[in-house]
Amino acid sequence: MIVYDKPHALLDVPLHYCPGCTHGIVHKLVAEVIDELGIEGKTIGIAPVGCSVMAYDYFACDMIEAAHGRAPAVATGVKRADPSKIVFTYQGDGDLASIGMAETVHAAARNENITVIFINNAIYGMTGGQMAPTSLVGQVTQTSPYGRDPKLCGYPIKVCELLSELEGAEYLERVTVNSIPHIRAAKKAIKKAFMNQIEGKGFSLIEVVSSCPTNWGMTPQNALKWIEEKMLPQYPLGVYKDRSNGEVKK
Amino acid sequence: MADKVLMKGNEAIAEAAIKAGCRHYFGYPITPQTEVAAYMAKRMPKIGGTFLQAESEIAAINMVYGVASAGLRVMTSSSSPGISLKGEGISYLAGADLPALVVNVQRGGPGLGGIQPSQSDYFQSTRGGGHGDYHMIVLAPSSVQEMAELTVKAFELADKYRMTSMVLADGTMGQMMEPVDLNFDVAPAPEKPWATTGTEMKRKHNIVNSLSLVPEELEKLNIARFERYELVKKNETMYEEYMMDDADIAIAAFGIAARVSKNAVNEARKRGIKAGLIRPITLWPFPDAPFKKAATHVKQIISVELNMGQMIEDVRLASECKVPVTLCNRVGGMIPSPEQVLDAIVKASK
Repeated sequence: MIVYDKPHALLDVPLHYCPGCTHGIVHKLVAEVIDELGIEGKTIGIAPVGCSVMAYDYFACDMIEAAHGRAPAVATGVKRADPSKIVFTYQGDGDLASIGMAETVHAAARNENITVIFINNAIYGMTGGQMAPTSLVGQVTQTSPYGRDPKLCGYPIKVCELLSELEGAEYLERVTVNSIPHIRAAKKAIKKAFMNQIEGKGFSLIEVVSSCPTNWGMTPQNALKWIEEKMLPQYPLGVYKDRSNGEVKK
Repeated sequence: MADKVLMKGNEAIAEAAIKAGCRHYFGYPITPQTEVAAYMAKRMPKIGGTFLQAESEIAAINMVYGVASAGLRVMTSSSSPGISLKGEGISYLAGADLPALVVNVQRGGPGLGGIQPSQSDYFQSTRGGGHGDYHMIVLAPSSVQEMAELTVKAFELADKYRMTSMVLADGTMGQMMEPVDLNFDVAPAPEKPWATTGTEMKRKHNIVNSLSLVPEELEKLNIARFERYELVKKNETMYEEYMMDDADIAIAAFGIAARVSKNAVNEARKRGIKAGLIRPITLWPFPDAPFKKAATHVKQIISVELNMGQMIEDVRLASECKVPVTLCNRVGGMIPSPEQVLDAIVKASK
């Protein structure tokens, strides 16, 4: 009896992610949701520039690789071309909250009927560990070697809180994947974000607080602990907006 | 519908695009092309199309990238500073071999420049405009009728060669009104089996992408793209020759400069000077042949441009520097007068 199998929407190919990186977990959750909703054949995914740039080789659905930060604009085009299709973007913090902030904010403001999976690991991974818009105060990175100094480069951007002020955004939730219960909750949130799109409700963004053991300079286990101890106080989990339920977290 | 309707150049582009089957337009306001967006905003909702004012030129070109990935005819329009912003997206369209139409109604530059007509984006458009080795098909209308016809042609060529086409107009072309006949044939879009429209669980996934990290593979992709460009050069180069058969002096001019130059050529002929005009209609691919031929019988070629001398370099290359090539120009939003061009012809004839 098979009790567990790899999701069909995730191709059986080696992933390039570093050991202990949580991208693999989130990929699997997205693929499981696509399987469970039976939408693989009509789903188009948009990969960003960053660590998940090659996500197009991993998902079994049709995939597009977008320019840095532009995935929500590309997704807008794909969705407007055929609103019956399911369109998701998968973006990191540099992509979504720095270079692509305008595209993110306006896609949300338009309540574009797409699903955004936002990986917040507080660092630019692909380029080797530079400061991200979400890097914590004091966090040491290649481009903040003495720790992020707010006097010099300001404070981390809280994406869910920021977008929750927009009338347009339908659903905003922050989750993490550093423990089994958190992974289960993350999957539920991702499923809701896709369900919202199927039901035509509009822009749903799931922020996944993630780890980057390589560029944080930690073991995978310590990185998961660092999420709990350092990231979550800065980025509290929860639903930040659920327009259907009239819910806005303050 | 009446045989001809009086339209602004910008409106003619928009209506022709609709006739070509374009149902998705993304743009951002900028003078002197805003009428394209305004026209689309009115028309698209009535015909089940999409008009969307994007948050930026960058977003607009990426929305174009999305619709092009889905295999539909799609366009954006802008003017010079906005085209610079679109440069990134245009390069990605080229890298992913996506067909799309970009319209540039040029204004004076650099920087914010002015809002009056210019041809100073010749280099930018004919050399690609963004990073990397690539070209767009660049079409240069010189009447409102051509604004319409070349828009349709641009869609057809884009689909045929999986390239981005650009209609390179200028502020005059965009703003002036002329009678237009919009009853023309349009080739339907071909099948696009590469489009990302969902697998329907019937095929392997399609990927639209411009990333290729293995140098050997990226080299192959670039070479294959340029082999396709050779076909475009061979099959699609367009130009108009006017009184060139016996010409002693040739004018090289496109767009509004060609219209001014035609008047100057007529006036020169009245004065007994054998002047002629070569008007490139495709700026890329550039029509080398008429200039090569002209170099065998004219004593000078005068390049008339609304810039500091950009097309003149292609004219020199095409004529293999066998005859002197001189520049007759105005810049900054100014247009050469027929008298200025005539003076240049008279001077060259002496």
